[in-house]
Amino acid sequence: MSKADAAAAILWVGATFYALFGGADFGGGFWDLVAGDAENGERPRALIQRSLTPVWEANHVWLIFILVVLWTAFPPAFSAVMSTLYVPIALAAVGIVLRGCGFAFRKSIEGLAARRAAGATFALSSVLTPFFMGAVVGAIASGNVPAAGNGDAFSSWLEPLPLLTGAMFVATGAYLSAVFLVGDARRAGEADLERYFVRRALAAAAVAGIAAALGLVELHAEARYIFDRLVDQGLPLVVLSGLCGFGLLVALLRGARRLLRPLAAGAVVAIIWGWGVAQFPYLLPTSLRIDQAAAPDPTLTTIFIVFAVAAVLVLPSLGLLYTLSQRDLLEGEH
Amino acid sequence: MLSLDALPLAASASNLLAAREQMAFTLGFHIVLSCLGVALPATIMVANYIGLKRGDKDAMELARRWSKAMAVTFAVGAVTGTVLSFEFGLLWPNFMDRFGAAFGIAFGIEGIFFFLEAIFLAIYIYGWKRLGGWAHFWAGVPMVVTGIGGAFSVVAANSWMNQPQGFTLNAAGKVVDTDPLKVLFNPATGYEAPHMILAAYMVVGFLVASIYAVGMLKGRRDRLHRLGLLIPLTIGCILTPVQLFVGDTAAREVADHQPAKFAGMECIQKTGGHQTEYVGGICTSDGVKAAIPIPDLDSFLVGFSADTKVIGLDDIPVDERPPANTLLHLSFDAMVGIGTALLGLAAWLGFFWWRKRDIPQTPWFLRAVVVSGAGAILALWCGWIVTEVGRQPWIVQGYMRTSEAVTEADGIWFSFAAVLVLYIAIGTIAIKVLRRMSRRWREGGAEPEGTPYAPPTTSGEAGR
Repeated sequence: MSKADAAAAILWVGATFYALFGGADFGGGFWDLVAGDAENGERPRALIQRSLTPVWEANHVWLIFILVVLWTAFPPAFSAVMSTLYVPIALAAVGIVLRGCGFAFRKSIEGLAARRAAGATFALSSVLTPFFMGAVVGAIASGNVPAAGNGDAFSSWLEPLPLLTGAMFVATGAYLSAVFLVGDARRAGEADLERYFVRRALAAAAVAGIAAALGLVELHAEARYIFDRLVDQGLPLVVLSGLCGFGLLVALLRGARRLLRPLAAGAVVAIIWGWGVAQFPYLLPTSLRIDQAAAPDPTLTTIFIVFAVAAVLVLPSLGLLYTLSQRDLLEGEH
Repeated sequence: MLSLDALPLAASASNLLAAREQMAFTLGFHIVLSCLGVALPATIMVANYIGLKRGDKDAMELARRWSKAMAVTFAVGAVTGTVLSFEFGLLWPNFMDRFGAAFGIAFGIEGIFFFLEAIFLAIYIYGWKRLGGWAHFWAGVPMVVTGIGGAFSVVAANSWMNQPQGFTLNAAGKVVDTDPLKVLFNPATGYEAPHMILAAYMVVGFLVASIYAVGMLKGRRDRLHRLGLLIPLTIGCILTPVQLFVGDTAAREVADHQPAKFAGMECIQKTGGHQTEYVGGICTSDGVKAAIPIPDLDSFLVGFSADTKVIGLDDIPVDERPPANTLLHLSFDAMVGIGTALLGLAAWLGFFWWRKRDIPQTPWFLRAVVVSGAGAILALWCGWIVTEVGRQPWIVQGYMRTSEAVTEADGIWFSFAAVLVLYIAIGTIAIKVLRRMSRRWREGGAEPEGTPYAPPTTSGEAGR
């Protein structure tokens, strides 16, 4: 493994964490959005709020991590993506601002109407933001970002595969979130909410699974390079993801709650790394290879050091935050 | 052919202005919030420490309230900071393409600090009820360290743009080798980073104090208000003389290493000794109009002698001179002027405290504290105008022009307009939310609980 490949692996690790934890936070917003009117939606929304409040900002930092590693270790790739896909990226940025502000404001703002508006802003942007992020990823996978950048601002992502990927991102976040919330509801001793999120986890898993299957068909049509490698080198990971997904369905139906989170996470992690394997050795298939885009060695070494420090300091700290949060030592609303 | 060539050029000139305006506006907005992220933790920890050590209920209450306010400002700061990360690529893709390998190094380190700050901030803010006591206090201490570390890293990246080093370019202008330590510890980091970290502490100190001064002027003279004014004001006042020393050193370094910026901000037209220091005024090519001239002082400030030679704009090629000379000059003067006024305020408090062990009781003192908060923010903005506008036309001093860095994408004016509307809205709501929080605390009312759009009658139920 070359230094450049190792830096790409670090990028993928960041993407994995962001998909798992940031994705679940977006999913929380999705369930908030569809929780119904004030009366019916009150308790699920309260649970979502308690689960998200202490952790969403820390989870959001993985996005910063991804951006920083991308522009430092692979500057031409960052520049090419940004100068081509600026429309969905700018929309995702607006979504990030609205979502964070909506979430922060709705806790402290007074008046039902104002809180509703802030809450709706949070919930709606929690759906739009991952959609546009997925569209960006789908456009990259489709090979629509030229290595020199400045690709077409609209046709690069207004295609079936990018849009389908956007939908898949939303569905996957909803699915992860519902599974996480099953556990939170159980811990809170709210059996009806537990059943509520089991039903939703099943529905979201089905939608995510269908989107993934459609995605494979579209990959075949629009991103042949990735498709061919996904069903070849990437096949074990695709199968693993499918097995985890299937196992999750069984676990949900049979009430094997302890297995839910590992299986849900496993399905997502396997597909992210399957995609990584399928895209290798390209950052932008098939115009820019990892080694072509890589920064000089000393810069890559800095990224390795940063990653090592993150592994030693940040991961245990995150673990502490999650442990305190899961033991209800942090108040979800203040 | 000519018209075809001219067209994209005109488009990119317009893009350059729009991109610069958007960057300046979003950065100016974010930097106030980032000051709160850098320095509010320390202010809170001081109150928390006093509260625990002396069993002071008022100090504990202040720490609790400030941390609740920080939950709001940190959230807005985190997302507006993310926007800046996107903007590096959306507005300046050619800069990132060519220099990301060097410029990005400091941000990698900043990422670690920001991560840790977000984690411990969450533990601290949401751990009030169930962590309690010294364990809770120690969970907050990492915020202070990571806030300072993060500020250092971000400013190191900016310093590198001012005094770039630690990289090798090939014939095509691509970075082919880097020396990360040289990038990080470029000469400008030495004065820019402490200058900015002190500025963050001053902004927070004077801003928080000014809020309590408003309350005291309205007759709320209880102990909580006095302590709420005294703790942050003391921090701001102690650091002000240090800041003036650091700023003075920084100006001399700028004169030595970024002569074009210095000539612009001091309106120096001709190279030579015995330079006049102009206070205020309008810069024109034939001298400064409507200013207060102090003969020889500029030379003296740069080299401690009236004979010190200072480089003027006449030695800078026309196409490398900073634009908006008057803006630069007035910004610099405003920053120095406000800093000096804050030193006066610090002396007032210090003298009175030394004699009477109390805050000066005259309304004029409280009025001065009220103004100091806005003044500190204004000085912060002026400082950044000097740093950034003063470096123009360069984005990387001497290596890349801002006009070469800008995106070719369409619609930058549109995105600037959208950002303007969005940020004004969230800024207004954020201030409104903070004011409501403060009124709620004052009236002793319960904080709204439960989910945001639950019916008011049952919201208490869900709040547990």
